[in-house]
Amino acid sequence: MTTQDTNTSPRPHDGGQPDDRAGRRISGVEIELKDVVKKYPGQKNAAVGGLSLTVPAGEVVMFIGPSGCGKTTSLKMINRLIEPTSGTITIGGEDIRGRDADELRRTIGYVIQGGSLFPHMTVADNVAVVPKLLKWSKQEIADRTEELLDLVGLDPAKYRDRYPRELSGGQQQRVGVARGLAADPPVVLMDEPFGAVDPITRQRLQDEMLGIQRELGKTIVCVTHDIDEAIKLGDRILIFSEGAHVEQYDTPENVLAAPANDFVADFVGAGSTLKQLSLSRVNELRMGDWTTARQGDDAADAVRRAEAAGQDCVVVLDGRGRPVAWPWLRTLRRQTRIDVPRRDELVTLDRRATLNDALDTMLSSSHAAAIVTGDKDEYLGVVDFESVTQHIRSQEAAAAQAAEAPEPRP
Amino acid sequence: MGEFIAERRRQIAFDMLQHANLVFQCVLVATIIAIALAVLINRVRALEPVANAVSAVGLTLPSFALVGLLLPLSGLGTTTAFLCVVFYAVLPVLRNAVVGLAGVDRTLLESARGMGMGPVGVLLKVQLPLAWPVILAGVRTSMQMSMGIAAIAAYVLGPGLGAYIWTGLVQTGGANALNYAVVGTVGIVIVALVADLLLLALGRLTISKGVRVA
Repeated sequence: MTTQDTNTSPRPHDGGQPDDRAGRRISGVEIELKDVVKKYPGQKNAAVGGLSLTVPAGEVVMFIGPSGCGKTTSLKMINRLIEPTSGTITIGGEDIRGRDADELRRTIGYVIQGGSLFPHMTVADNVAVVPKLLKWSKQEIADRTEELLDLVGLDPAKYRDRYPRELSGGQQQRVGVARGLAADPPVVLMDEPFGAVDPITRQRLQDEMLGIQRELGKTIVCVTHDIDEAIKLGDRILIFSEGAHVEQYDTPENVLAAPANDFVADFVGAGSTLKQLSLSRVNELRMGDWTTARQGDDAADAVRRAEAAGQDCVVVLDGRGRPVAWPWLRTLRRQTRIDVPRRDELVTLDRRATLNDALDTMLSSSHAAAIVTGDKDEYLGVVDFESVTQHIRSQEAAAAQAAEAPEPRP
Repeated sequence: MGEFIAERRRQIAFDMLQHANLVFQCVLVATIIAIALAVLINRVRALEPVANAVSAVGLTLPSFALVGLLLPLSGLGTTTAFLCVVFYAVLPVLRNAVVGLAGVDRTLLESARGMGMGPVGVLLKVQLPLAWPVILAGVRTSMQMSMGIAAIAAYVLGPGLGAYIWTGLVQTGGANALNYAVVGTVGIVIVALVADLLLLALGRLTISKGVRVA
């Protein structure tokens, strides 16, 4: 099975995000900061000292730097939670000081760590905060809430009326993302959005965010302290040193391959070859063909087909083509109809997941392989260690070729 | 005793209602005043130690003394009783409201601002609902305390069951002295228990399920 990707064509060797810019819907707008300074009274050094920066429409820019470097301050100046001392910020060409701060903020999504949901409001009420401020009709709000919960992978019927404390950390964060997107803002600001969840959930949420971004094409500015997250999510990474001084502002590939200075090199840290794994996506791998069967199919037939293909397990799909289980043949031999006992335990990989995540998932899987899913969680194929090493070898070969025939650097 | 109550059944019932009525009104007014003050203190941090000092001193002030102080100002009757009860009723609510409002996570407030809620919206839709369980606990304390204060305020001819206790005290040694004192005291306890149940019910109705403890 090959990668099925309708709107984009995979270009495996351009070093990173292959299916990003090609013919994608962009609903975001450009953000521009010009000589933005933030000085707090009584402090000698400016928290942000003359920051100039353009965030292109529809791109994800990751702000990263040591703590206290001014990255969060810079973020909060974009929605005027902090007012700059001097300088101008424009969103979509419009100076943000020309608008009422509250009205401005209603047009900018804001997602912060842990989701920061209001504990006294239900999930639906939390998502509806901004639409209510914008005085949407009840029906519009209800429809939009439904749509958004669906988008972030929460069943509206099941979760709409729950309170935040009845949700897991990951689910709360999903609601937080839904809330940030509620009024369909062109710009979304995120402050360490996935900082408060466990690594496996974080990986899932990152994959989902990439999926959502692929669909929506917002302009996203995201603060993180995790370089791996920055590499994975960012179209560009902005590395700050103290005083929000820009050390490097470039694509993840270039930051890894050519750090601008020692500060960046130190910050990116050792093992940048390993970090390259975060730049390749699962859909660049050759996916193995695997025996599949539907829930309720004849078990004996599935076993026969798997045996013929020399495989010892079968991927079971539900009615919408989503993988739900991955039973061994010895389990299936005991069944007449394929039955799935535990639904939620199958760990799958989004096709946009990094090779890093893929290796992680494979290592923790008893199959030493991982199931890859696409946009609506539908089954795409299976990857294993072999396919990862093959991919790395082919990349190395390509790099060696490029080195033998040097081109003038652009 | 049975005879004493039977003879004054209607009067006792009326006075219980009067007592409850006085306390309810006082606590309601006090709650509004306390929340308003607490919001102010929440914004102007310098006021917090002042408020703490006032409520600490206020609670040590004997209520009987306050009645005496108010008497020349507002004279005999309901007004003095009302002012006296309100003064004491404010203190527990104020203390809890200050703590409750300060206890709301700053990041929630900032997140509300970040989504474009105005300052009033943040207060009414986020901060007060989240502080409400703590404030309501203060209202319950205040209600219990006010039941007793209202009895003392009856000294200046305020309404309610306090009058029975005073009569009992004045007629010590007399035929009905004990009856008066017991009816007054037990009556107040009953009114207080009913009021507390009502406040519990109010809590069930007004505290969001998302922040309720039980």
